Amino acid sequence: MKRALGQWLGRIKESAVVRIRCPHCGLRSHAEFSYGGDARRQRPAESNADAAVWSDHVFLRDNPRDVHEEYWQHTHGCRVWLQVTRNTATHAISAVSIAADKSESPCNEDEQ
Amino acid sequence: MRYSVWNLARQALRGHRHWQPAWRDADPAKHYDVIIIGGGGHGLASAYYLARNHDVGRIAVIEKGWLGGGNTGRNTTIVRSNYMLGNNTDFYEWGMKLWEGLSQELNFNVMLSQRGQFNLCHSDAQMDAARRRGNIMRAHGIDAELIDASAVASALPYLDYRDSARFPIYGALYQGRAGTARHDAVAWGYARAADQLGVDIIQNCEVTGYSFQGERVTGVHTSRGHIGAGRVGIAVAGNTGRLAGMAGLRMPIESHVLQAFVTEAVKPCLDHVVGFGASHFYISQSDKGGLVFGGDLDGYNSYAQRGNLPLVEDVIESGVALMPWLSRARLLRHWGGVMDMTLDGSPIIAPTPVDGLYINGGWCYGGFKATPASGWCFAHLLAEGQAHALTEDFNLERFANGRVLDEKGVGPVAWAH
Repeated sequence: MKRALGQWLGRIKESAVVRIRCPHCGLRSHAEFSYGGDARRQRPAESNADAAVWSDHVFLRDNPRDVHEEYWQHTHGCRVWLQVTRNTATHAISAVSIAADKSESPCNEDEQ
Repeated sequence: MRYSVWNLARQALRGHRHWQPAWRDADPAKHYDVIIIGGGGHGLASAYYLARNHDVGRIAVIEKGWLGGGNTGRNTTIVRSNYMLGNNTDFYEWGMKLWEGLSQELNFNVMLSQRGQFNLCHSDAQMDAARRRGNIMRAHGIDAELIDASAVASALPYLDYRDSARFPIYGALYQGRAGTARHDAVAWGYARAADQLGVDIIQNCEVTGYSFQGERVTGVHTSRGHIGAGRVGIAVAGNTGRLAGMAGLRMPIESHVLQAFVTEAVKPCLDHVVGFGASHFYISQSDKGGLVFGGDLDGYNSYAQRGNLPLVEDVIESGVALMPWLSRARLLRHWGGVMDMTLDGSPIIAPTPVDGLYINGGWCYGGFKATPASGWCFAHLLAEGQAHALTEDFNLERFANGRVLDEKGVGPVAWAH
């Protein structure tokens, strides 16, 4: 009972403020991180000359009131770029991974 | 019932038992000529000016909660017109002119207090930028004055003027007509005035989607059933992305949380609106005595209407750097509001690619001061189908054709504006 209560309180504490569990440094205040925005946006290939594709990429957003995939950099820590799954309505974080490990990281289309 | 000294005395003698509700609690009709989604300041002002200036038939404002319960009730109540790009300059000045006559216009005291605003400068470069902004304002007939540090010191003796100050004060750009207004009164005043012109105000009615005939919007699905409409206007800043998303549109907008703060009431000590130039911080004192202030966004996408502690610390640090005595004040409340942050920091009042659907949004954190002008111009758009001359630049195409209005010059990063 006491353990369940502790876990429940722990969950509340984790979801009440934005703290990010950096894979290298552990659970840290978001004050140590810089925000990098929507991680679902796919940068068009450099060879794509369609201005409409580029302006959509630069300016349009899905902006969900729900689960949001986003980049954060641990600027005042190990400086790694993370991809964080966070709910924009509750601030609860459900997953954190290192952005470079994700196959759909930006700018990779032309480099390959 | 008109509000006047005569009526106040008359009601007082009758024991205050005969005051009437300020607006009707309307039930939705089957069809309206124009529906405005969002019962905040902008939606209600739009409905009022639509009924007052145009002849469009039946008008309804539908609101998912209560009137003015969103950003209208969550801002720091500052009104000003110190913009310099494109339509921004004249648009906000038209708003300022409407503010100046608003209490008479609405027969409702919005408690406009033109106490003057100082935007402080802390370097030669900032003085140059302020001079440029001030010259642009003056060229548009707006009052602006560039004043030096000694003039600032005689008006605001409580700031830190020592050479050793972390951010020495070089001077300020002063707008004497700027000030504050009572935010709730703005929503209530517009609601009452619109109601008197026959507008139906429908509260507790959440929009869940749109109905279409071919490419054209024909109404809205709501928690209180379907309501038909000739035209639909969205005025839900903070949630524009969601309401536009229901019609299949993607917007150049991200929703971010901005916090605001008020201290316990203290005796009058701060006679103006003061903006810190070295960090993002702005403060004024309410009529009740509370010091009302705010700073930057928390800086990540959020619809939560509450912020986090690192930003509280950041804002208060900024405040104390500017006004060391602020550290003795006790914080009474702080709260968050959801901002429609556009990718260039300027608003949108425009038709959408969907026929019959219009958008008023993207107010970033400058929406309150714009309320009257926004309503005026959105009403014009809803009635005429094309932009008012003051809002031609506030279109959606500007992002694709390179005519963005980026006052701060930070580029397409929503949380940096």
